[in-house]
Amino acid sequence: MTSASLLRPPTLTHRTWRVWQRNRLVFVRTFRVNFLPPLLEPLLYLLSLGYGLGAFVSDIGGVSYPRFIAPALIAISIMNAGFFETTYASYVRMYFQKTFDAIIATPLSIEEVITGEILWGATRSLINATIMLPVLVLFRVVDLPISLAILPFALLAGFLFASIGMCFTALTPNIDTLNLPTFLFITPMFLFSGTFFPLSILPVPMQVFANLFLPLTHVVKVCRMLTLSQVTPAILISLAWITGVAAVVFVLAVNLMKKRLIV
Amino acid sequence: MPVGDAIIAEDLVKKFGDFAAVNGVSFSVHEGEVFGFLGPNGAGKTTTMRMIQCVSPKTSGRLEVLGMDVSTRQAEIKHLIGVVPQETNLDPDFSVEENLMVYSRYFDIPEETARKNMESLLDFVQLSEKRETGIDKLSGGMKRRLILARALINDPRLLILDEPTVGLDPQARHLIWDRLRALRSRGNTILLTTHYMEEAAHLCDRIVIMDLGRILEMGRPQDLVRKHAGIDVVEAENKPEVEACLGRLGERFEHAGDRIQVFTSRPREVTDAIMGECSPIEVVARPASLEDVFLKLTGRRLRD
Repeated sequence: MTSASLLRPPTLTHRTWRVWQRNRLVFVRTFRVNFLPPLLEPLLYLLSLGYGLGAFVSDIGGVSYPRFIAPALIAISIMNAGFFETTYASYVRMYFQKTFDAIIATPLSIEEVITGEILWGATRSLINATIMLPVLVLFRVVDLPISLAILPFALLAGFLFASIGMCFTALTPNIDTLNLPTFLFITPMFLFSGTFFPLSILPVPMQVFANLFLPLTHVVKVCRMLTLSQVTPAILISLAWITGVAAVVFVLAVNLMKKRLIV
Repeated sequence: MPVGDAIIAEDLVKKFGDFAAVNGVSFSVHEGEVFGFLGPNGAGKTTTMRMIQCVSPKTSGRLEVLGMDVSTRQAEIKHLIGVVPQETNLDPDFSVEENLMVYSRYFDIPEETARKNMESLLDFVQLSEKRETGIDKLSGGMKRRLILARALINDPRLLILDEPTVGLDPQARHLIWDRLRALRSRGNTILLTTHYMEEAAHLCDRIVIMDLGRILEMGRPQDLVRKHAGIDVVEAENKPEVEACLGRLGERFEHAGDRIQVFTSRPREVTDAIMGECSPIEVVARPASLEDVFLKLTGRRLRD
């Protein structure tokens, strides 16, 4: 497969939604289990880091520490929901459950299956953000109503992370090697994307690197501008970065999966 | 495309790198018939099925399914066919009923119609009592029956089955055969692969025997038996004395493991001659079968 064919946009029909509907049905049936992590995670982080560690941290640029990390917690949850849905969960459906094989025997194409999976990953990000936001509102660490804009944004950012995850799924030899992108990519991003301390205290080359290559950096920036009611024109740069990279990585993910599955 | 052909393949080739899994096969499947692909493991049967199902692109040649080119009209073709894959790929996240309902959605079948179809299909494969059961609680036979029901959810014009009864007990196998015969009598076209000769002889109007990516023979099962194996087979133990004696009698024979086989249209005379002249310990005369043809054409060497 040439690099040109890796960037060929997929042909999609309404049937893409059938895959999304399938995953939603599974999710709804196991809702109680799925509901807990996005509810508990921000609570735990907010209590331990925000208020525990935060007791030793003076404000950051006039912002209290809990208010500083609250948008990062949403951004991290958006990242995890999208990324893990299209890595481990999609891999299990593809390889162990043969779900994709069963679906492509119907009028659906593999392009539609993969796109449906990625859209579902983005939806998981939206669901997580929706569950977390009220918790953070209760702690009065995010501003309203502007923070509600995080919800549509979660869909976009989730789409990006789900597409990134799907690329790794297309390339991984087996389920164990899926651990590599988790601790070489997701974990460093979790720590060094302006999440728990401002990017500006990092050496300049690392700041540049984070801005150019770490998607979470931009997602945190957008979330933080919204929850602190401090929107500047810089939000457009981050939104453009996220949209552009998401579009390219999405097309790449679909074509890499085609390459893996169509033989 | 001439009227009445569900599938037309001409010089169909599928290569994986340098290896030709299907190496120039031509055949046509008439509408309303049961057409069987026989062959040892690695013959290219499943690869051929996957090209017909539009999930594996052909390397070269012509392949039309229900009058449409597999390279350009995949969604339309897949809308009209039903597939029973070799591997059980039911959705383990769902119950029996949900498996059929979710699958219906992939074909854009309205929910009400789907529910009606589901009821009659569950009845057809005798799984009505299991509708709420999870997939992991089903026996192997039940899973295969549910896959058959799933393949019929869109009322397909062409049903493709890849080893439909592999690993099933005789009861379950006969139930599937019975259901397939019922489908044929309704006019469905059925394409199946198998390496159970009995299955092919029982079900198929016509068969091809494939090996190493090529078609070795094609025709009605009984015609192939007559052509390649004669009407009857006389078997005796494989010993040099028997061999020498058969040579004296002028009978043509073949070695088959620990037996010697004579394919003949006069089994009685041959049996008598062997009994009288060759003093064997054991002689068996039986009607020739498709299995004799199969082994004659594809050899006795193990394939994997």
